[in-house]
Amino acid sequence: MTATTTSDLIQRFRNHERPALARLVTYVENERPAGLRAMAELYRDTGSAYVVGITGPPGAGKSTLTNAVIREYRKRGKTVGVLAIDPSSSLTGGATLGDRIRMLENFDDDGVYIRSMATRGEMGGLSMAVGAVTHLLDAYGFDIIVVETVGVGQDEVDVAELADTTLLLQVPGLGDSIQTIKAGVLEIADILVVNKADIKGAENVVRDLRNMLRLGEHGPWLPPIVRTVAMHGENVPALLDAIDTHRAHLETSGEGQVRRERRARREVLRLAQNWIAGELEATMRDPANDAMLDDLLRREINPFEVAEVLARRTSLRIQSRT
Amino acid sequence: MVEVQARPTPIRVLIAKPGLDGHDRGAKVMARALRDAGMEVIYTGLFQTPEMIARAAVDEDVDVIGLSILSGAHRALFPKIFSELAAAGLTDVLVVAGGTIPNADVDELKALGVAEVFGPGTPLDSAVRFIREHAPLRGDE
Repeated sequence: MTATTTSDLIQRFRNHERPALARLVTYVENERPAGLRAMAELYRDTGSAYVVGITGPPGAGKSTLTNAVIREYRKRGKTVGVLAIDPSSSLTGGATLGDRIRMLENFDDDGVYIRSMATRGEMGGLSMAVGAVTHLLDAYGFDIIVVETVGVGQDEVDVAELADTTLLLQVPGLGDSIQTIKAGVLEIADILVVNKADIKGAENVVRDLRNMLRLGEHGPWLPPIVRTVAMHGENVPALLDAIDTHRAHLETSGEGQVRRERRARREVLRLAQNWIAGELEATMRDPANDAMLDDLLRREINPFEVAEVLARRTSLRIQSRT
Repeated sequence: MVEVQARPTPIRVLIAKPGLDGHDRGAKVMARALRDAGMEVIYTGLFQTPEMIARAAVDEDVDVIGLSILSGAHRALFPKIFSELAAAGLTDVLVVAGGTIPNADVDELKALGVAEVFGPGTPLDSAVRFIREHAPLRGDE
């Protein structure tokens, strides 16, 4: 692709040229000025896509299930954008992005766009970039956006903040029922998927999950448990039906509106936090702080006082600019 | 500690194996070396058609495409790959190749647009360095 202006790029995006979509995703992911300009132009075109999050432990079959979900949505006439996230090395910043390898059958389908993203090691930064890219895919006109997570740590909670419906995958053989009651993961699931349901132990997983759901508190929505064999597409139609049922529940119960508001607030808050963090770091680099840091090292003041001064100086810097 | 590139954002590389040979050890070793050099490597694995490679390169907006081929079919496959890339509008991507490519064929591949050919025995460092030095920088405007 040749060098081009942002407005050209946005025009070509509106004409549904894939390279323009892909390049804008890059600019948004890299927080380039062109990405911000695109967001300013295109955000008003968002709001019609439905976001499905897929999370679960490594090896549970998230990418394979994503592929099966794409196939079934295409049968139903829906277009699908996919963000497949893999971890970056905290040491080198490099990443191997290998989710696409499970989704190669869609290579000639213009109704499917698959993008691999690395976590790039930022706390909260991932969900910011992912959130921004989902806006782009939404504006491009995809009916469904699937976000497939790394499947470790905090990110499943982050994806639940982005998604309308969050699928949590479990598979046989990864541990006993105590794994299921660890806090934070089960709570975020709208639908529980027991994948690899054709192998031994699957019924135990279903039973454990059912018991946990009975014990736990839940609102008016009781997460259904769907058994799938993603590799063969088995029971994936039932999974999509469950997503549709959840979607209908969100609308009739008012929960959908609650989630949209919460999501908007969180997104703005994260963006603002990120912006202020950058300003704080810039202030910190100012040599004017050196004397204060020397005092800190001599134990004449404490870190809390320094932090407050830093915050105040940053605030002044921001105000003096506007 | 591995030296990390000075670019503000990681170089994105697509590693693909066109054609029908089923040996991807070299491709995986290279994918890993590039990852360890701080790049983001999209690995699409074996048996890729030219159309699949072009689609992945477009969707992922990669800076670099690495083609690994051990079947001897490079003279048949590479022209198709380049015509697919051109049809997809990908003209500023750095394309490199590796595998068992006879020296006699290198000029022909370079004339097609392959920037460099890394044959058996190429030190990983030199391949990494070449990619780092030649990956196109993406301008904003």
